[in-house]
Amino acid sequence: MKLQEYQAADIFEDQGIPVAKRYLIEKPEEIKKVERPVVLKSQVRVGKRGKAGGILFAEDRKEAVEKAEELFGKNIRGLEVEKILVAEKAEIRNEYYVGLVMDRENKRPTLIMTTEGGVNIEEVAEKHPDKMAKRKIDPVKGLKGYEALHLADSIGLEGKELSEMAKVAQKLYKAFEKYDAELAEINPLVSTPDGLLAIDAVFNIDDNALFRQNFEKSESKLVTDREKRADEYGLAYVDLEGDIAIIGPGAGLVMASLDSVAEFGGEPACFLDLGGGADADDTKHALEIVSMKEGIKSIYLNIFGGITQCDKIAQGIIDFEPEKPTVIRMLGTNEEKGKEMLEEAGYDVVDGMDEGAKRAVEIRV
Amino acid sequence: MGIIIDEDTKVVVQGITGQQGKFHSEYMKEYGTDIVAGVTPGKGGKEVNGVPVFNTVERAKEETGANASIIFVPAPFSKDAALEAIDAGMDPVVIITESIPVQDTAKVMRMAELSGTTIIGPNTPGIITPGKSKVGIMPNHIFKEGNVGLVSRSGTLTYEIVNTITKNGFGQSTAFGLGGDPIVGMDFIDAFKLYEEDQETEAVIMIGEIGGSAEEKAAQFIEESYSKPVVAYIAGRTAPKGKRMGHAGAIVSEGGTGTAESKIKALEDAGVSVARMPTEIGEILKEELF
Repeated sequence: MKLQEYQAADIFEDQGIPVAKRYLIEKPEEIKKVERPVVLKSQVRVGKRGKAGGILFAEDRKEAVEKAEELFGKNIRGLEVEKILVAEKAEIRNEYYVGLVMDRENKRPTLIMTTEGGVNIEEVAEKHPDKMAKRKIDPVKGLKGYEALHLADSIGLEGKELSEMAKVAQKLYKAFEKYDAELAEINPLVSTPDGLLAIDAVFNIDDNALFRQNFEKSESKLVTDREKRADEYGLAYVDLEGDIAIIGPGAGLVMASLDSVAEFGGEPACFLDLGGGADADDTKHALEIVSMKEGIKSIYLNIFGGITQCDKIAQGIIDFEPEKPTVIRMLGTNEEKGKEMLEEAGYDVVDGMDEGAKRAVEIRV
Repeated sequence: MGIIIDEDTKVVVQGITGQQGKFHSEYMKEYGTDIVAGVTPGKGGKEVNGVPVFNTVERAKEETGANASIIFVPAPFSKDAALEAIDAGMDPVVIITESIPVQDTAKVMRMAELSGTTIIGPNTPGIITPGKSKVGIMPNHIFKEGNVGLVSRSGTLTYEIVNTITKNGFGQSTAFGLGGDPIVGMDFIDAFKLYEEDQETEAVIMIGEIGGSAEEKAAQFIEESYSKPVVAYIAGRTAPKGKRMGHAGAIVSEGGTGTAESKIKALEDAGVSVARMPTEIGEILKEELF
């Protein structure tokens, strides 16, 4: 789950990372007295919101109210602005970057620093990887001061900024660990006459750790109603372009079923993973979701019963009675019983995975 | 032979009093696995399906000589369960539980690295050396003793492929799933190193999927230092960019890395036969081995 900037700023402040003075508004009239120039930042969960016009500046209160009105009426890359973070504008000398990412291949966090922070960070990473200093961190020991200093030194920082950067990195690591982040970035971390200051952040919480964190669940980033409904039912669903709906237990098997259907000249309409041990209700939910999609011409259920019991899946299909032509391939636990139930009810049942994919293409209406 | 587990594997089931733990300890016993103990804190002294339950893994080891663990405990408690198993010297530690917080898994993997413990999973169907032992949740009847090693990123797709090759007359030396969580213990290269040494294994099937670069790295390893025939299948040729296909790691990035095409090409360039469909694997094996 991606946190909003204002949530990340609160976390940083709590950890002692220097953050600009700021407050959150939901209406333009909530703008306070403006003593120093301010920046108004729309709180929307999209990247590059500055380039999309989501960040505006103001010199006095009147201007700030006008700018806030402008932002609240705006749509930033498809999202309405509901909250604005108003912060004191910093006097920026340089823009740095410091980030921590959980590196899946190395199985540990990686600390990254560069003096080339700012909006073009992705370009820097791609074109000048030599300017990004990285270090793998032992997740049991945590980030040590000397490690952070070594990295700050290797990007060329000196004196007070060197030690400030190392301290910010260590505090960021504490936040990364405490809040179960997968990714925690300060970009830019700016150099000002008064020292380093965190201006913007990306902070993504591991969804698997939300049970022990206290964040309000964010609005879903899922796009279609079907994807949202599947999420509510605890099923993994992805919308695709074609006309054959594909359902199965287990991500790998469903992916392979999509590929097989494509191999026989069909086009998959969706990926729906029932997960392990699905029952009749899960099957009904799955059929309900795929039936919501327009333009479906056939449904293919490829069931390999391991911990999933074929007869339970059969019951779900019979109870739901899908309208579209449906082919079921069934193998594994309680296979005989499941097949018998389906055949009695007049369904098209096959043994092989290729046969099922081929049938799904043939029976389209 | 076979790898990682054999007839001397004595298994402790962590979380044996839960629904999954209870069901699968019985099902593993049916297969012939030597299930010597179960662990659930606070339930020591009880029995589940004739298996004695202890409060800690250390106690289970003292009393029964357990040397491997399978973990069914819920995700919030999996880190402690895994660290306990590592500390007590269990090897391998098979983590069936899925969706464990990644910060927890990273710590477990680091401790396992320091102690030299083999971790399979999290979110794995487990491991089986047919005819000897099964430390997992796979359907028993599809496996057969033989000479084909199998390593996979998927669960049900593994069953599908095992079923196909068994029907084609090929048994398995060992088969296991690496796991579908973001961070997992063993990877393809670890598996190839072990299969290379195993005299019983004549060929290896690797089942990969979209996302990451594990298959590309495996291809490089195969080219440089693996001598036995490899047959691969990569799931997800039809997967769109930026969509997570069920598993945490199964995603083609917006920039287009981690595609099935890239993996298939890397493997073919390394001399690996790549099947277009799971059902072709039996035929390809026949060509490779005869």
